[in-house]
Amino acid sequence: MLEVLFFSLIVLAGTGGELCVSRAMKQIGEVHDFRPSAIVRVILRAVRVKWLWIGIGLMTVGFFSLLAILSFENVSFVVPVSALGYVAGALGGRFFLGERVNWRRWAGILLVCAGVTLVVIGKG
Amino acid sequence: MTPHKRLHIKTYLMVLVMILAGPMGNLMLSKGMKNIGKITTEISSPSDILHVLARVLSSGTIWLGIASLLTFFVAYMLVLSWADYSFVQPTSAIAYAVVALLATLLLGEVVSPLRWAGIAVICLGVFVVGHTNPRTTENR
Repeated sequence: MLEVLFFSLIVLAGTGGELCVSRAMKQIGEVHDFRPSAIVRVILRAVRVKWLWIGIGLMTVGFFSLLAILSFENVSFVVPVSALGYVAGALGGRFFLGERVNWRRWAGILLVCAGVTLVVIGKG
Repeated sequence: MTPHKRLHIKTYLMVLVMILAGPMGNLMLSKGMKNIGKITTEISSPSDILHVLARVLSSGTIWLGIASLLTFFVAYMLVLSWADYSFVQPTSAIAYAVVALLATLLLGEVVSPLRWAGIAVICLGVFVVGHTNPRTTENR
């Protein structure tokens, strides 16, 4: 039961954090200039976007959930199951960021789900 | 050597760093956390949380794992600065197989045939996801 909670946090908080960071970076705009002074300016702008901080907070929760579950589960089980992040990512991209997810990407996501199901069943 | 060939070698070298450093990072986190012990038995009251956190943050294995994951991340960002995302992302799907392989070899984990099959299907799924247009929100 606790495993379900930790996996949910890895997948939802981890992916939710990435979505928030993606939203923050889109708000800042595409980075064209890679000179150190320009990168510093991008960072200074980024730290004022609230989505960035929400994203970092969520990713931190996801990371510590990963550590927690690795304290009692095999890494060869945990890492494949956390691939469910692709599913959360596609749903979040579709509904939170307004990306268009085409049938091919959905097909890939279904395959990831099928694979995770096999990994979970294979645990016995 | 032609510039084209050099770019190829550079890309594959960086992808190799990614698919080794990422899984090695996860392996070391796993080893470090196993040394600390099952988190749910270690933490029986809220006051234990800080104590366990201090042990996690003072574990060399955990920090090696974090360093390895950072190496992965830097290699990922570097390779994305010249190679296509739709090439890099599906290629990095192989990391799922590398995790399982290294976990059996280095940590002695037992991976059942069904789990191997599941991992193969996950790799395939990630591969298919990666072979789609990386940007769909631009007005065209």
